[in-house]
Amino acid sequence: MSPVLAKRGVHMLHTLLPAMALTLLLGAVFWRQPRAMSYFGINLLLDLAIPLMFATLAQMMILAVSDLDLSIGPFVSLVASIGATLLPTRPALAMLALAAAVGAYALAGAVIESRRLPSIVVTLGLSFVWLGCAVLLLPTPGGLAPGWLSSAMAYRTPWLPMPIWMALVAAVLGHALITRSAFGTLVRGLGGNPAAVARVGWSLVRVRAGVYALAGVFGVIAGLMLVGQTTSADPNIASRYTLVSIAAVILGGGKFVGGYVSPVGAVIGALTMTLAASFLTFLDIAPDWQVGMQGLILIVVLGLRAAIDRLERIA
Amino acid sequence: MTNSISEILFEVRDAAKAFGAVQALRGVDFQITRGECIGLVGHNGAGKSTLMNVLSGTLTPDRGELHFAGRAGRSDWGVREAQRLGVRSVYQELSLCANLSLAENMRIAQPQLKGWNWRVNAGSQLEASLDRIFPGHGLRADQVVADLSIGKRQLVEIARAFTPGAQPLELMILDEPTSSLDSHAAGQLLAYIREFVAHGKSCILISHKLREIFNVADRVVVMRDGQVVESVRTDQTSRDRLVAAMGQDEQATGFAGEASTTAGPQNAPLVVKVSSPTRTRMEMNAGAGEVIGLAGLAGHGQTGLLLRLQAASAGAADCAVWVDGATSFVAGDRQTDGVFGLWSIARNMSVGCLSQFRRGLLIDLKKERDRAEQWRQRLGLVTPGLDLPIYSLSGGNQQKVLFARALGSTAPIILMDDPMRGVDVGTKHDVYALIADEARRGRTFIWYTTEFDELFHCDRVYVFNNGEVVGELSRAELNEERVLNMSFEEIAA
Repeated sequence: MSPVLAKRGVHMLHTLLPAMALTLLLGAVFWRQPRAMSYFGINLLLDLAIPLMFATLAQMMILAVSDLDLSIGPFVSLVASIGATLLPTRPALAMLALAAAVGAYALAGAVIESRRLPSIVVTLGLSFVWLGCAVLLLPTPGGLAPGWLSSAMAYRTPWLPMPIWMALVAAVLGHALITRSAFGTLVRGLGGNPAAVARVGWSLVRVRAGVYALAGVFGVIAGLMLVGQTTSADPNIASRYTLVSIAAVILGGGKFVGGYVSPVGAVIGALTMTLAASFLTFLDIAPDWQVGMQGLILIVVLGLRAAIDRLERIA
Repeated sequence: MTNSISEILFEVRDAAKAFGAVQALRGVDFQITRGECIGLVGHNGAGKSTLMNVLSGTLTPDRGELHFAGRAGRSDWGVREAQRLGVRSVYQELSLCANLSLAENMRIAQPQLKGWNWRVNAGSQLEASLDRIFPGHGLRADQVVADLSIGKRQLVEIARAFTPGAQPLELMILDEPTSSLDSHAAGQLLAYIREFVAHGKSCILISHKLREIFNVADRVVVMRDGQVVESVRTDQTSRDRLVAAMGQDEQATGFAGEASTTAGPQNAPLVVKVSSPTRTRMEMNAGAGEVIGLAGLAGHGQTGLLLRLQAASAGAADCAVWVDGATSFVAGDRQTDGVFGLWSIARNMSVGCLSQFRRGLLIDLKKERDRAEQWRQRLGLVTPGLDLPIYSLSGGNQQKVLFARALGSTAPIILMDDPMRGVDVGTKHDVYALIADEARRGRTFIWYTTEFDELFHCDRVYVFNNGEVVGELSRAELNEERVLNMSFEEIAA
């Protein structure tokens, strides 16, 4: 009986690690800066995490099928650029452009499956396409997001600050879609053993295209929220999202191969990555060092996870 | 054994299929009637798996006709069509998603499970099938496949295929279904197959274990070199005739009489010693030049011990295990632990001992190729060229490559993790001889096997139960009842 319990305990530790890392970091921030422990403080601290969460969900969709998306950052930038240029003046055209962008994502998924191309190569190529489109739309930083979008993102939500609400929405949505739904099961199955999924009669091309389309939808949501927050855009506004979103998914318990992802963990991972940057600012660490320190935090958490994995295998 | 309904269910005429230079099927005619169980036997590379893939729709033949229940046409024959009409398969390489739970794997195979509680429905259906076929299986629907041993996974996959669903189930094709099952579970499955065909369904059983074929099949179809060479009622043939038809010498697969001629070395220096964590259990040891068998039910710690021996020889600290000398490993689960899928046959052989071919910082390609050529002849590898990718070989021939890799090294201790899974009788014979030969030269073999007959090739056998050694038998003492008794004793207690 007791080995079973021990195993369960270790497994629990594994599931809770992302949340524990976030709590620890949040505690450290509040300890350095007690005034941050307020509706307004949390809003300021985690505002930037809102678009990142959805970009992370997009990345998670791709990781769930054991692929990697190197174009999500430029894609979110492109969406933001569309939001700051076309959306206020010609909304119909903007919608069409966004729909076409999602369609391009789906097509990329279909091509990756049917031609057996490595996703890294295809999405790396796509990232330059997105960047090029964004530069064409918005050669210099600027533009103006539509008023409704900016005011929506500035809305004072009741009871809890907006980032918390958004995190809850993103986590519940992601969990329902990927962990609970039949489609999500199929997606993770494709990540785990594509041959097994094909043998029972599924069209892998369709499933992968669907996964990429959903990632595109999450990317669009992220881009629109980002431009709503910043009110203007530039073609490189979200470039760093590519790597940060991968880090967030992995931090949240996902794996690069095998279809292991956790949506709740991924959202927590996005919050942690954002908070890590703020925390380092509070520690008066020069911005030059911050990226390195962020990486260090990532290594510590992943190291802990590897240690827990080891425990799990022994138990 | 005769069928009351002799309506033809599935007929294949003149089917051919080539993979590059390898002609896997050369004009096969095959038919199965309702309520019939066919045993399909043949060498590795004889085309059994290819024929199965053609029947189940995962491969389209280059030419030939397929008629299912009288319908014509092969152009529309695909996985979907096959499943719609009631053809299901259990493949030799497991087709479960390791990252998903049993219920989720069920859902992937049976998309008609809908609604908010599909997970519960899928789980209970799968558990019902498991209970029906393998009573006492000890599995739960919320377990994740990755946490299960390979034997348990096989149970799940078989039960999943036999679960009725929205689509009919007329023909079940089983490719080496018992290769990773212990004899208890294998017996349960074979009994269930008889019950299944008694209800007017049909079954194709591909197996290298002729005893199983004679137990369950109504008719035996023998394949050789991509052709059907014999199709005969089981009660009108014999083991020797089948073996002859497969193109083998008429030798039994190895029983005491033949194997015991090589007596184990006496008082050889010890090279492996495993002490027991508890006083009630036994110790284990192996001397130089000995062939040691690890027996017991599948998944009771034999593989775990082999991995520990390997780790210990590589320098890992393990106070219970002492290994003197390097080890080399022959994997049983070749898809995950064995082959390098993108590499050539020759490179797959030489990778275990690349340092032998080194010339400065580079690899001496000629020497590497010569060595590969030697092994090709020694093992009788069926291939047009050693530079072809490893996947151009059939499963059994891939396994031969893994043997060449391990035996080609200089390691004095060879660890074998049920290496004969899905290997044909001829190959086995060659490998048994090779093992005996290498053992005479002083090599030690630690050999985990799920096939009882193979234990007769060992000097001594340790029986495993729940991760522990529960008994030691010399070859003279070895018999199936004793091994089974030891394997089952503790579970009951």
